[in-house]
Amino acid sequence: MTTPVHIGFIPLVDAAALIVAVDKGFTASEGLNVSLVREVSWSNVRDKLNIGLFDAAHLLAPVAIASSLGIGHVKMPIAAPFNLGLNGNAITVSPALHAAIMAEIDGDRFDPMATALALSRVVATRRKSGAEPLTFGMTFPFSTHNYQLRFWMAAGGVDPDEDVRLVVLPPPYMVDSLASGQIDGFCVGAPWNSIAVDRGVGHILHFVADILVRAAEKVLAIRQSWSDKNPGIVAALIRATFRAAEFIEQPHNRAETARLLAAPERIGVDAEVIQRTLDGRLKILPDGTMRESSRYLLVGREGAARPDPVQAAWLYAQMVRWGQASISPEALETAKAVFRPDLYDAALGHTAKPDSDASDAVGAFAGPAFSADDIAGHLAAFQIRRRKS
Amino acid sequence: MGAESSPKIVIVDESPIRAAILEEGLREAGYTSVVHISEMQSLLARIYALDPDVILIDLENPSRDVLEQMFQVSRAVRRPIAMFVDQSDAASIQASVDAGVSAYIVDGLKKERLKPILDLCISRFNAFAKLQDELDRAKSALEDRKVIDRAKGILMKVKGLTEDEAYVLLRSTAMREKKKIGEIAQSILTASELLK
Repeated sequence: MTTPVHIGFIPLVDAAALIVAVDKGFTASEGLNVSLVREVSWSNVRDKLNIGLFDAAHLLAPVAIASSLGIGHVKMPIAAPFNLGLNGNAITVSPALHAAIMAEIDGDRFDPMATALALSRVVATRRKSGAEPLTFGMTFPFSTHNYQLRFWMAAGGVDPDEDVRLVVLPPPYMVDSLASGQIDGFCVGAPWNSIAVDRGVGHILHFVADILVRAAEKVLAIRQSWSDKNPGIVAALIRATFRAAEFIEQPHNRAETARLLAAPERIGVDAEVIQRTLDGRLKILPDGTMRESSRYLLVGREGAARPDPVQAAWLYAQMVRWGQASISPEALETAKAVFRPDLYDAALGHTAKPDSDASDAVGAFAGPAFSADDIAGHLAAFQIRRRKS
Repeated sequence: MGAESSPKIVIVDESPIRAAILEEGLREAGYTSVVHISEMQSLLARIYALDPDVILIDLENPSRDVLEQMFQVSRAVRRPIAMFVDQSDAASIQASVDAGVSAYIVDGLKKERLKPILDLCISRFNAFAKLQDELDRAKSALEDRKVIDRAKGILMKVKGLTEDEAYVLLRSTAMREKKKIGEIAQSILTASELLK
């Protein structure tokens, strides 16, 4: 007797652990009959999870936190017992903006502080000449992409609400919008950055790993109440996705993983493009310039799959910084409690803490080390910020 | 309902037929101010310019996430509220998601005025889905017909049968193998393709 489980996902490479868990039969061998349902918007995933059409979902980590806090939408406590990926996003800009930034840069082109300062000079020049403000696309108000873009540009003195425009765009529309000049750049997950480069309309300026050493990205999200009622199914799901993450991280399995993800009913883009992301070896310029990073997307390695409440606290701090959430000790606790290493450890029989390169578990390129115990003190170090109205 | 009190409704839908069905339903019900947006470029700017009271969007539309940004724009005077923010009517929420539509009401419009609009929307979306389903079935029946005719032709040629005998053979095989006649016909086409 197998248990039916409905799981929603958005066609992005960081849904890999879920897709592989199902398509390699890891969920079936745990006694689960999972139907993966491809969705077109984060709003749909969130709503269908909320009303119970989905039992679990591939979800933006900040949406899980916002739902649990009841901000931007109806309050629905969410448990995230498995991190589907760390990092994996990139900032891509138009060839024109790339040239303008490179003309102003003082320092290494992969140094986010150097590019952010260069961006602020580009913005100042445009303002003087009366040009329209630059427009950047991101995927959702409560998205890592939104916070990563903001964190990066604000470090160089660019106010993301005053000096430029940030607009929400569905990932499949990003590349066309960049090509048509509707936007000047975007922050999005794979495969869309590579597709912009292949089409010759985008230059990858940064991997998110340049900005944050460890950034929680998508989580396996489950309604708290459902998780409480079905601990056995949740544990089985964790084990199956963990096995999938281990499979994906074996270099000799990458080609097979890319092929599984490339299927039309999964992500539906070329396996070769998907494999670049898994390998962390990306073409960053249309002329064929390559860049490698050992931290482009982490699916399970370096303890990436174990949810870290400090990451949840950092995302909550971004919501406070940009005026989406008010600050309170209760809200901070609620945010941290979304990430459930306890469920992860119980399912896998683990107790070990993951190794981490970043002493504060986030490793941001600017500002003081992150302290989850003193969000107000931490945010005081950042000049550009909003207050919740 | 007088024209002056009719709320302004925006339909965001890339399917022109479904939008037309919905628009017609709304007009028949006395909602005179209905605008359909089918072009997703600069969606937010268009919506701000129209300044609607209610926004209806189909759930297959990736641009739903764009609408969520309206909650965030601090300079906007009037802010939309997703229907979901009020969970008091769980049945209607469920029905609308099942039908494939979502509603946003803009601050200021009384909640009870959304209910009849939403109910109408749900029934029209369901009617459209039924229509689509019938169309798909008719199409596949037509496809089957073509495949069966070609399979009959092959059987007539290879086995020297009459058309009626060829059909009887197809039908009896289908019954014996518990398959559809169309499936048996398709396998004959595939086999004959392979044996060419």
